[in-house]
Amino acid sequence: MQRPLRPIRTPRWLAPLFVAVTALSMAGCGVNNIPTYENEAKAKWSEVLNQYKRRADLIPNLVESVKGFAEQEKSVLTNVTEARARATSVQIPADIATNPEAMKRFQDAQNSLGGALRQLMVVSERYPDLKSNQNFLALQQQLEGTENRISIARRDYIERVKVYNTELVTIPGRWWKGLMYPQSKEMATFDIPAEEQKVPQVNFGTKKTP
Amino acid sequence: MVTAPTSYARTRPPDGVRLCARVIICLALLISFATAALADPKFPPLTGRIIDEAKILSAQDIRDLNETLRQLEGKSSDQLVVYTTPSLQGYEIEDFGYRLGRFWKIGQGSINNGIVLIVAPNERKVRIEVGRGLEGQMTDLMSGTIIRNAMLPAFRRGDFPAGIKAGARDIKDVLLGDAEEVRKRAQSIKPRQSSPNWLPLIVMALFIGIWFYTSIQEQRQAQSMASNMNRRRHGTSQSTSTRRGNDSGGIIVVPGGWGGSGGWSGGSSSSGDSGGGFSGGGGDFGGGGASDSW
Repeated sequence: MQRPLRPIRTPRWLAPLFVAVTALSMAGCGVNNIPTYENEAKAKWSEVLNQYKRRADLIPNLVESVKGFAEQEKSVLTNVTEARARATSVQIPADIATNPEAMKRFQDAQNSLGGALRQLMVVSERYPDLKSNQNFLALQQQLEGTENRISIARRDYIERVKVYNTELVTIPGRWWKGLMYPQSKEMATFDIPAEEQKVPQVNFGTKKTP
Repeated sequence: MVTAPTSYARTRPPDGVRLCARVIICLALLISFATAALADPKFPPLTGRIIDEAKILSAQDIRDLNETLRQLEGKSSDQLVVYTTPSLQGYEIEDFGYRLGRFWKIGQGSINNGIVLIVAPNERKVRIEVGRGLEGQMTDLMSGTIIRNAMLPAFRRGDFPAGIKAGARDIKDVLLGDAEEVRKRAQSIKPRQSSPNWLPLIVMALFIGIWFYTSIQEQRQAQSMASNMNRRRHGTSQSTSTRRGNDSGGIIVVPGGWGGSGGWSGGSSSSGDSGGGFSGGGGDFGGGGASDSW
């Protein structure tokens, strides 16, 4: 008697296994890279904004404490106040990272605020009473720290954007972009102004120039 | 017509070669990304809590300091590392500092509670580099105060060991100052960061395992049922038997799966650093702290 043939069908457990393996191997070849890198760059961008905000928040107190000792430096003080007002009033559109013009406006405002602050610090060197004022010293130290954090946050952002932008134009990423993320755009980075290439140097009184 | 098969045969091996080339290019890109992120100055390996490359500390100083730093980490899990260097390699000390902190990953990964005290006697620069998680306790202002009051006077006299010890002592005092905060940080040592990367894989493997197990059971049952039924009736009872097999398999296996994953996350905290050797815990640095020169 002939043995009945078992019906040939793929075992049921093969399907989920196949899905799992495919998902894993696709993750391995970078299908998730573009959104991952994009989110990383965005997180770094918020850190940049955060540090700039921290700087802006310090300024009113700083201006007040300088005012008490160096009333005659009106022009420098108004410069700082105005630059701060400009920097904080710049509209930051949601797509600023992929919008080079908005990015440039933002940068210009922040750079001019940085410049005004540097000037204020240079001027304050001339007032020994101010330099020995505890309140001013404290603000100065915090400003110095904030400038340092800003420059690090910016560098981190630039680095992540570089990775993201490279992913968009190099091979596996480029295919995935065409296939799955056609709306992804390259992000803009800062061009660090020449005098700040050596950041984090803002020379406040606490450091002697060599 | 004749050339078609031969050209096909000829292009076949280059296809494989091209695939190989692609894989190699992808690998090369990956490696170049990894190295591009490390455009750092040359840093020594983290061999202990005190790395005295400038040779300004005696063996006794190092022992004393080590004791202070070990106590600090024992109480609050904060990692403090002292680094003296003959050269900053042309970098600003602020720039050097955060890169060094990130390179060594000082501080516990989950709360970034590391501090590096950097002394560069030749450049006459000193910096307290504070990890992100301690910026609230060790503020820039506090770091600057410690440097100015505890360290610089000794450095100006040329007494580096005294300055460094005073600095380390003050940092420790500040970090242990708020008992409540210290307790919180010490508690957070346990959930180390090593598990998250593994967890999805483990869970997936578990599920695959479950499927595998249940379906094999099911097939076996189905087979035996089928062979039992074979003589009597053919086919109709097979579908009901498979359904039953599936149900029982699921009920038995799933609780085992949960128990397994729980056991894993408990065991992952064992990569401690209190057992003799010292290593960074994965802390991040964002430019906190202060620096000064003398």
